[in-house]
Amino acid sequence: MKLDSKIPSGPLGQKWDKHKFDLKLISPANKRKFEVIVVGSGLAGGSAAATLAELGYSVKSFCYQDSPRRAHSIAAQGGINAAKNYQNDGDSVQRLFYDTIKGGDFRAREANVHRLAQVSVSIIDQCVAQGVPFAREYGGLLDNRSFGGAQVSRTFYARGQTGQQLMLGAYQALSRQIGLGTVKMYPRTEMLDLVVVDGHAKGIVVRDMVTGEISSHAADAVVLATGGYGPVFYLSTNAVGCNVTGTFRAFKKGAAFANPCYTQIHPTCIPVSGDHQSKLTLMSESLRNDGRVWVPKRKEDCAKSPGSIAEADRDYILERKYPSFGNLAPRDISSRAAKEVCDEGRGVGPGGLGVYLDFNDAIHRLGAAKIRERYGNLFDMYERITGENAYQQPMRIYPAVHYTMGGLWVDYNLMSNLPGLFVLGEANFSDHGANRLGASALMQGLADGYFILPYTIGHYFASSKQTRPKADDAEFRKVEEEVAARTKRLLSIKGKKTPRAFHRELGKLMWENCGMARSKASLELNLKRIPELREEFWNSVNVAGEAGDLNQTLEHAGRVADFLEFGELLCLDALTREESAGGHFRVEHQEEGECKRDDENFAHVAAWEFQGEGKAPLRHTEPLVYEEVHMSTRSYK
Amino acid sequence: MEKGMNLTLIVWRQKDAKSAGSFATYAARNVSPDMSFLEMLDVVNEGLALRGEEPIAFDSDCREGICGTCSCVINGVAHGGQKATTACQLHMRKFRDGDTLTIEPWRAKAFPVVKDLVVDRSSFDRIIQAGGFVSVRTGGTPDGNAIPVSKEDSDLAMDAAQCIGCGACVAACKNASAMLFVSAKVSHLGLLPQGKVEQDWRVLNMVKQMDAEGFGACTVTGSCEAVCPKEITLDNIARMNRDYGVATAKGK
Amino acid sequence: MNIVNNLFHSTLGKKYLMALTGAGLFGFAVIHMLGNLQVFLGPEALNRYAHFLQSNKELLWPARFGLLAMVALHIWSAVKLSAENKAARPVGYLNDPAPPAASYASRTMLMSGLIVAAFIIYHLLHFTVKVEPVNLTGRDFDDLHVLDNAGRSIHDVHQMLVIGFQQPVVVLFYIIGVGLLCLHLSHGLSAMFQSLGLRNKAWWPALQQSAKAAALLLFLGYIAVPVAVLLRLVK
Ligand SMILES: Cc1cc2nc3c(=O)[nH]c(=O)nc-3n(C[C@H](O)[C@H](O)[C@H](O)COP(=O)(O)OP(=O)(O)OC[C@H]3O[C@@H](n4cnc5c(N)ncnc54)[C@H](O)[C@@H]3O)c2cc1C
Ligand code: HEM
Ligand code: FES
Repeated sequence: MKLDSKIPSGPLGQKWDKHKFDLKLISPANKRKFEVIVVGSGLAGGSAAATLAELGYSVKSFCYQDSPRRAHSIAAQGGINAAKNYQNDGDSVQRLFYDTIKGGDFRAREANVHRLAQVSVSIIDQCVAQGVPFAREYGGLLDNRSFGGAQVSRTFYARGQTGQQLMLGAYQALSRQIGLGTVKMYPRTEMLDLVVVDGHAKGIVVRDMVTGEISSHAADAVVLATGGYGPVFYLSTNAVGCNVTGTFRAFKKGAAFANPCYTQIHPTCIPVSGDHQSKLTLMSESLRNDGRVWVPKRKEDCAKSPGSIAEADRDYILERKYPSFGNLAPRDISSRAAKEVCDEGRGVGPGGLGVYLDFNDAIHRLGAAKIRERYGNLFDMYERITGENAYQQPMRIYPAVHYTMGGLWVDYNLMSNLPGLFVLGEANFSDHGANRLGASALMQGLADGYFILPYTIGHYFASSKQTRPKADDAEFRKVEEEVAARTKRLLSIKGKKTPRAFHRELGKLMWENCGMARSKASLELNLKRIPELREEFWNSVNVAGEAGDLNQTLEHAGRVADFLEFGELLCLDALTREESAGGHFRVEHQEEGECKRDDENFAHVAAWEFQGEGKAPLRHTEPLVYEEVHMSTRSYK
Repeated sequence: MEKGMNLTLIVWRQKDAKSAGSFATYAARNVSPDMSFLEMLDVVNEGLALRGEEPIAFDSDCREGICGTCSCVINGVAHGGQKATTACQLHMRKFRDGDTLTIEPWRAKAFPVVKDLVVDRSSFDRIIQAGGFVSVRTGGTPDGNAIPVSKEDSDLAMDAAQCIGCGACVAACKNASAMLFVSAKVSHLGLLPQGKVEQDWRVLNMVKQMDAEGFGACTVTGSCEAVCPKEITLDNIARMNRDYGVATAKGK
Repeated sequence: MNIVNNLFHSTLGKKYLMALTGAGLFGFAVIHMLGNLQVFLGPEALNRYAHFLQSNKELLWPARFGLLAMVALHIWSAVKLSAENKAARPVGYLNDPAPPAASYASRTMLMSGLIVAAFIIYHLLHFTVKVEPVNLTGRDFDDLHVLDNAGRSIHDVHQMLVIGFQQPVVVLFYIIGVGLLCLHLSHGLSAMFQSLGLRNKAWWPALQQSAKAAALLLFLGYIAVPVAVLLRLVK
C-alpha cells in the first residue's frame, strides 16, 4: 500500500490556494451526471451533502437516526474556533494553526492543519448567513470566549449548545436541497458495507432499519462522515448509536485505518452510578474556571461527607501539580491526574471513581446568584442525573471517553487510499494529531464538508474517468449476500448473553487496559482477551427478534461485532506506538507522569491495512514532516 | 446500597405500522433510583430478551436531552412530566416503589407508530424542507460581523432555536398541533436579519406543509409549552400568527 | 385570491376568522349588555332605547345580518377546525388523562360554544321572535305595549323582561347560557390576541388575567338583570 499524502508543494501559507487552482473542474452541466453517496448527516456529512447538491451533483444522504438533524454533532456544547481576531487580542491563522498543531502533540499533518485554520474564517461567515444565532455583544457584534486553555478568545458559541446550532444550520441547508429534489435522504438506514469495484469505492450496502430490507446503492464516489468510535469503550459521551461500522467495514475493504489508539478522555463527566449505565454525560469544561478539583488526602476520609473534611486534609490535585495552569490544565493531563488519585484509593463516590469539583469558594467569592447565572443549566443537569445539589455540596466528576482522533487515513484531498472513498469529520484522522483541542472538532467537520471536499471531489471525477456500475451488478449482489448472511448468523445463535452484556465487557477491558494509561502488559492482556470475547460472542450471543423488522437488538449486535474486532486493532496500535503522545499515554514512556514523545521513532502516522480474516493487519507509516513549526515539549507546569 | 424499587409497567406493544397494537404488562424489579428512565427500559429489555421475548422498541440516541430522539408518554405526559426534561434525562428517583407506569408512543396522525414506542416524525423534516431555512449557498457570504444583530433579538432567536424537534408538543396537545415546533423555527429565523428576507414566503410555506401533514390547529391550551423540554414558549406561536397575518394581508 | 385562500383553507387562516368573528361577537355582547343594564334606569329609558333600535330598520337589518354572518363564520370555522383537530389525534392515551396545563375552559371551547349557540337560538325565540310557548309564562310578549313620551304605542320591553324573568326555569337557563358564554370568553379573549399575534411576552400574563376579568364582568352584567327581576328589585 502506498500512502501518498498529496501535500502540495510551495510555502505552507499558499498550499491550499495553489492546490485549489491546480484542481480540475467539472462543468456545471456535467455535475448532474455524477452521483455521490454521503453516509452521515452530522456537521461533516450534512454540510458536504448540502454543498455538493448546491454545486449540482446528485446526492444521496444516509443516517441511522430518524432524522438527519439528530446526528451526534448536536451534542457539542462549548464552541467552535475561528481565527477571526474579532477581539483584537493577537489571534491569526498562523496562531490558530500553531495552537492546534501543538495541542495535537505534534502528531498531525502541518498542511492540513494550516488549511483548517485558513478556512475557519469562512465557516463563521457561512453559519451566520444561515441564521446560526451565535452569542452577541450589546453592540450587535459576535461575542467570543477563550476555551480549552487558549490564550486568545477565538471561540464562537451559542449558549451551551453550539454544536446543536451549527448542526441545525447544516441540517437546514440540507433540508433545502432535499426539498429541491437534489438530495435524496435515507434516514433510519444503516450502512453495513462498502462496495469496491476495480479498486474504486463505488457504493454501499445498507439495511433499512424499519423493514429490515438489505439493498445496494451505487455511485461515482462514496463519502463517509460517520463520526467517532468512542463507544468501543462502551461508556462514553457519545450517543448510544455511535459506531465504527462504517469506517471499519471500509477498512476491511482496503481503506487504511490511521492512529486508532488516539482517544481523548474528557476530565469533567458525571461519574458512573452503576452497571445499568448506558452513557456518560459531559459537564462543560467551562466549569473548571470556577470549580476546584480535590480529593481527601487520606483514604479513610473518602467515605465522609465532603463538607466535614477540613481544608488541611484536602488535596487540590491540579493546583498542586500544575501551579501555573491549576484547574485549567488541558484535558489529557487533568484526566490522568484524576485517575491517579483514584488508583491510589482516594477517589470519592460510588466505587471510588470520582473527584470533587468544588464551587464553595466561588460561591463565597461571587455569590450563588452569579454562579447560577454562569452555570445554572449545568447545575440543573447535574441534579437531574445525580439527584445532588451542587450549590450545597461539591460535584463529583470523573474522566470519560469523549473523542477519537484516529480514523480512516486520508490524503490532503480527504480521499482515502481507496480511490473514490472520501472521509470527513471525526471519521477521518487528519487534523488533531494525538489530542484534540476544545472547539476544534466542529471547526474541522464544517471545514471538511463546506469548504474542502466540494473542491477536491470534482478533481477525482475529472481525473479518474470512471464509469458508474449498476446497483445490481455482481459485486453488489455478493456484498449484499454477505451482509444478509451475517445478519442471519447473528439471529441464529440464540445464546445466553445479550449484545449489551458483551459490549459492557468489551468496554471494561478497553477502559481498564487501554484507557487513560496503557502498558505493554495491559495491552497484551487485551490482545488475548478481546479475541476470546469475540469468539464467545459468536457462539453465545442472544439476538432477539427478526431480520425483517425494526430490531434494535440486531442493530446493536452488528455494531458490537465490529467493535469486538476494532478494539483489537486499537490495542495493537497502542502497543506498537512505543511513546506517549496526547491522548495516548504509555506508562513506560513518561517523565514524572507527563507524556514523553519519541520524535525520533514515532513522528509518523500509523496506518493499518487489513490483511484478511484471522491475519494480523499490516502497519504502514506516513512520516510527519514539519517545515514550519518546531516540535517542542508540551508543558503546563 | 439502596434497595431497588419494584414497578409495574403497562407498555404499548405494536409489531409494525400495519398491525394493531395493545398494552402489555411487565414487572420491573430492583430498579435503581440512579437509573435514567431509558436505562430502566434497557434493563427490562435485557430480561425480556433472555426470556425469549421481544424487547420493547423505543427511540433514543444522545441520552443527554439534546438530540430529540427519545419520545415516550409516561403516565399520560410526554417525557414524563419533569420540568424541562426529556425522557432520557428523567431519572427513576422521581418514582416510588410500587408505582405503576403507563408508557405509550407519541399519539398523532402525523406521527404514525412504526413499532411499539417508536414513531415516524418525518413530517417534521418535511415542514423544514418546505421553508425552514435561509436560502444561502455555501461560500460568498458576507463577513460574520457585517450585519449587527441586537443582542435582544439574537437571544430571542436562540430561545426559539433551542427546539430539539422531539415532537413532545404534538404528543401533548389534544389537537396534535405542531404549532410550537413550526413557530419556533419561524421565530428563530424571522428574528434575525439574515432570515427576515424570506419571512413571508417561509411562514406561508411551512404552515401549508404543516396542514398537509395532518397536524391540528392551536387552541392555546398551553400543553405544548408545559411539556417542552427546551421551554419554548407560546410567544413564538403568537409571533408566527402575526407573521402569517402580515404575509396574508400582503396578498402573498 | 391568496388572501381568501389563506383565510379559508389553512388552519391559521381559520383561526384568524374565528378570532376576528369572536372579537366582533364579543363587541356585540358588551354593547348588548350595556343596553340591557338600562333596565336599572327605569322602564322609560329601556323602552326608548329598544324602540330606537327597532325603528332604525336601515341599521337593524344590516346589523342583524352582520351578526348572523359572524356567528355563522365563527361556528363554521370552529366546527371545521374541531373536526380537523380530532382527526389529527385519532388515538388518545390510556385512561384519557387531562392534557397537561390545559385549563377546563380551553378544553371545552366547542362544547361551551355549541351550548351558547343553543342558548342564543332560545334567547332569540324568547325575546326577539317572541314565540309564546318558549317563555313558559302562558303570555304572548307581542301583546305588551306602552305609550312613549310622544304618545305612540311602542313595545313594552321592560314589561317583557320582568314577566319573562319571573319564570325561574328561564332564569336558570339564562344563567347557564351566559355562564358558559363567559367561560368560553375567559379563554377565548386571550386566545384571540394570541391567534391574531397581537401580544408579546410582556403582555401575555396581563392579557390572560384581563380576559378572565372581562368574562367575569360580562357574566355579572348579564345576570344582573334576571336576578334583579327574580329578587323583585326591578318590577
Ligand atoms: C458531548 C460532546 C460535546 C462536544 N463538544 C464539542 C465542542 O464544544 N467543540 C467541538 O469542536 N467539538 C465538540 N465535540 C466533538 C464534536 O461534536 C464531534 O467530533 C463532531 O460533531 C463530529 O461530527 P461528524 O459529522 O464527524 O459526526 P456525527 O455528528 O457524529 O455524525 C455521524 C453521522 O453518521 C451517521 N452514521 C454513523 N454510522 C452510520 C452507519 N453505519 N450507517 C449510516 N449512517 C451512519 C449518523 O447517523 C450521523 O448522521 C463534542 C462531542 C461530544 C460527544
Ligand atoms: C355560537 C356558538 C359558538 C361556538 C360554537 C363557538 C366556538 C368556539 C370555538 C370552538 C373556539 C375556538 C377555541 C380556541 O381557539 O381555543 C372559539 C373561540 C372564540 N369564541 Fe366562540 N363560539 C361560539 C360563540 C361565541 C360568542 C357568542 C362569542 C362572543 C361573544 C365568542 C367568542 C369567541 C372568541 C373571542 C374566541 C377566541 C378566538 C380565538 O381562539 O382566536 N364565541 N369559539
Ligand atoms: S435521547 Fe437524545 S434527547 Fe433523549
